[in-house]
Amino acid sequence: MTGSKQNQVKQIRRKKLSSSKDGMRTFFLMLPYGLLFLAFIAVPIAVAIGLSFTYFDVINVPKFAGLSNYIMLVTQDESFLKFVLPNTLKFGLIVGPGGYILSFVLAWMLSQIQKIPRIILTLAIYTPSMASGVFIQVIWKTIFSGDQRGILNNFLMEADVIDQPIQFLLSPDYIMNIMIIVSLWASMGIGFLAMISGILNVNEELYEAAYVDGIKNRFQEIIYITIPSMKPQMLFGAVMSIVNAFNMGYIGVALSGQNPTPGLAGQLITNHIDDFGFLRYEMGYAAALSVVLLLVVTMFSKVAHGLFGERD
Amino acid sequence: MAKLQGSRINPKHFSLSQLKFYIILVPLSLFMIIPVIYQINQAFKPLGELYAFPPTIFVKNPTFKNFQDLFALSGTTGVPMTRYLLNSIAVTILTIILNLIITVSAAYAFSKKKFRFKNTLFNLNQMALMFVATAVGVPRYLIIVNTGLINNWMAHILPLIAMPVGLFLVKQFVDQIPDALIEAAIMDGAKDFKVIQKVIIPLVRPALATTVVFTFQAAWQATEASNNFITNDTMKTLAFYLNSLSTNNAVAAAGMTAAATVLLFLPNLIIFIIMQSNVMNTMTHSGIK
Repeated sequence: MTGSKQNQVKQIRRKKLSSSKDGMRTFFLMLPYGLLFLAFIAVPIAVAIGLSFTYFDVINVPKFAGLSNYIMLVTQDESFLKFVLPNTLKFGLIVGPGGYILSFVLAWMLSQIQKIPRIILTLAIYTPSMASGVFIQVIWKTIFSGDQRGILNNFLMEADVIDQPIQFLLSPDYIMNIMIIVSLWASMGIGFLAMISGILNVNEELYEAAYVDGIKNRFQEIIYITIPSMKPQMLFGAVMSIVNAFNMGYIGVALSGQNPTPGLAGQLITNHIDDFGFLRYEMGYAAALSVVLLLVVTMFSKVAHGLFGERD
Repeated sequence: MAKLQGSRINPKHFSLSQLKFYIILVPLSLFMIIPVIYQINQAFKPLGELYAFPPTIFVKNPTFKNFQDLFALSGTTGVPMTRYLLNSIAVTILTIILNLIITVSAAYAFSKKKFRFKNTLFNLNQMALMFVATAVGVPRYLIIVNTGLINNWMAHILPLIAMPVGLFLVKQFVDQIPDALIEAAIMDGAKDFKVIQKVIIPLVRPALATTVVFTFQAAWQATEASNNFITNDTMKTLAFYLNSLSTNNAVAAAGMTAAATVLLFLPNLIIFIIMQSNVMNTMTHSGIK
């Protein structure tokens, strides 16, 4: 580009950016996304916070109730403190950060093999994450089903490990572990893909330089080179893992077919919200539970940002 | 030499040192994929094989009978299955088109325009990446009721269009386009619409393909709208229908349920395989800074 043309460009750019007409156009470019974002993401969160301070049964106008929903949460709702909150934290920790570490380890191992087998194995590991709720439910119900048709029961009885089929999905002893296995199975999604591509795109010269500087093994390689070079992908992966963990909240109810889940052993905040919101129509209390859930998610995400975010 | 160790990432050739990774990865991949393969095979099994002892993974005498039964079936309310299928196709296509249009315009504005609160707004979108829709089912329902969208086709579509991940990924891609290219187009008299059409869309194809993959997954398998926002049975979708099939789990319906799960799942897999290299390309720019 010639100098005069460049000047012209700059002039036009300045004109374009300063004119109110352009401001209008930018506004209209943003408008559709902005409106829908407001309507289905921002406002619902605000409404949940607002309703959490009310008593609301869907039929009558919400009545202001101050902090009573939150007080009830910690003083009267025995199942919340005893089961729902600990269950949610346990499930969230194992499926969120646990699934996250697992997806990094898998992504790293995949980066150590050749391209064609890598693509095939990646596809195999990624595929379950594409499955929707119903698909997951149908598959794992067949495997863990409590009657003779259950594949695991069938297998265990053939092998003479047990005489009677075990009601895996209805038993408080098993349901949580099954929920965790199924959720991990379905959790190698977009964050996992991001990490593979992050690892593959680390500049190789960095490794060579590091070996010159005295790095000795692959573990040090990962800690000092790989992870620091792909912090942005690490953060993206972390956020995706957290979201995935809490989006899997329906799984206990889906597998057992009961809300609340048997013995409350698999009851998560998500199910508790549905229980109070859509089954008992105590919307104010359900909203307070939603706020707690959003706070838990935010807390997890803050930790991820603290670990991998850029501090400047 | 130690120096060589560093270039083991993405190796060009097989070496014995890779064997340990295969020993872990191959069984794990099998654990991941076998349930899916099993379920897909279920759909093609004749009745005898569906209940065979011990259960087999692969179908021996494949048949389309389950699909034929499924297509011939009408719901308890008399709505034929094909109606649900057509609803799903229409809703999904519309969602994808609208999502692409609004995502690419917003991404262009965020990346190449200057306006007040730009960073704040983009940070807000970044925070929304961790949005858990199930947490706000109740308020979403209230919004749908109060905007009169109950039993409206838009109730399927609107909640799914603004997808924070999509906007985030596309914007990261638009960032890579040099400003000079856009300025040149503006100098030639192109307005924003033309710039998007002629410059932005051709250059961010991989990110758009990725958005299509994720929007398809979300829309094709969505049940929230059919469960909560639509009461008219003729307007519900395939995912909802499959849900009711599997919960009413009559033994005879096992084959049909399997066929329906395949209808619901296979398109995702096919689209992902087609777009696979685009998705991986997009993931390179997925980092949050």
